Amino acid sequence: MQTPRSEFIAGLKVTIPLDVGAIPFGIIFGALAVTSGLSPVAAMAMSLFVFAGSSQFIAAGLVASGTGIGIIILTTFIVNLRHALYSTTLAPHMKHLSQKWLLPLGFLLTDESFVVAANRYSEPDTSPYKHWFFLGSAIFMYINWQLCTLVGILAGQAIPDPLSWGLDFAMVVTFLGLVVPMVKGRSILAAVIVAGIVATAGYKLPNQLGLILAALFGVMAGVCLETIHGKHG
Amino acid sequence: MNEFLLIFGMFLVTFGVRYPVLALVGKLKLPEVVLRALRFVPPAVLSAIIVPAVFYPDGEQLMWGLDNPRLIAAVIAILVAWRLKNLLLTIVVGMVALWVLQVLY
Repeated sequence: MQTPRSEFIAGLKVTIPLDVGAIPFGIIFGALAVTSGLSPVAAMAMSLFVFAGSSQFIAAGLVASGTGIGIIILTTFIVNLRHALYSTTLAPHMKHLSQKWLLPLGFLLTDESFVVAANRYSEPDTSPYKHWFFLGSAIFMYINWQLCTLVGILAGQAIPDPLSWGLDFAMVVTFLGLVVPMVKGRSILAAVIVAGIVATAGYKLPNQLGLILAALFGVMAGVCLETIHGKHG
Repeated sequence: MNEFLLIFGMFLVTFGVRYPVLALVGKLKLPEVVLRALRFVPPAVLSAIIVPAVFYPDGEQLMWGLDNPRLIAAVIAILVAWRLKNLLLTIVVGMVALWVLQVLY
């Protein structure tokens, strides 16, 4: 029998490897942010209030190159547009929740917590407390990100060229470890392959638009194949 | 640069993408085909993030041959994820593979 507590703890547990994968990313962000000209307080505030890794990275890069605030905010918006897709995916499962739940879960939504929550919601059991699982995962990701940012800020100049270590690759292998077990059947494989190809082809499009296009094409490919071959195709 | 304005603006647009959709879409009755399509969002988005990051190791130049250590490390990570189904092991083996390959190259 699931309880809020057992769901919350289960959510924490599945998130441990995701936190490990995010550690290098968070530390690099902190280091990069202060070397790119943000004050340590602003770097920390960005993690606390924006809490969206890839857009924080891009923002730090834009600050370093002297880009204006308006353009940075617009870029942030476009880079984070994929979250609308995440929210749309999760919303049908979260209809019954009050604003008290939707506000914090909305704020804490990340790539990682989205995948964890979507996986949990797609499991066939009828636990009424799956949002506790989501919350456990999201809070753990949040705390981890803050600590890593802090370490990065403090380490700052001690890490001369953070990107040359290949630490950003940790995010790639983390996401690989998430996506591989999802591939059950041809339609999901098609979605994965088409999305990968379109994203690579569209990589040079501005503001990660290639990513959004790729996600849409991947989803369409999956739906088409599923329609042709039936649900388990 | 006004850092307060920067962070407040970034907060607004990010939260503004995440929360309202979560709150509003839940009130709509989505057609069956949309619900079906949404199940493909997680694998498609993850793939769209990963694949270019592997093939553009420096963010500039497309490298799809064996001279790209990230590609080989990614293939090793895929094998680990597929055979052993262990996320932590996938991350550790993938990173170690990349470091070893970077030393060798």
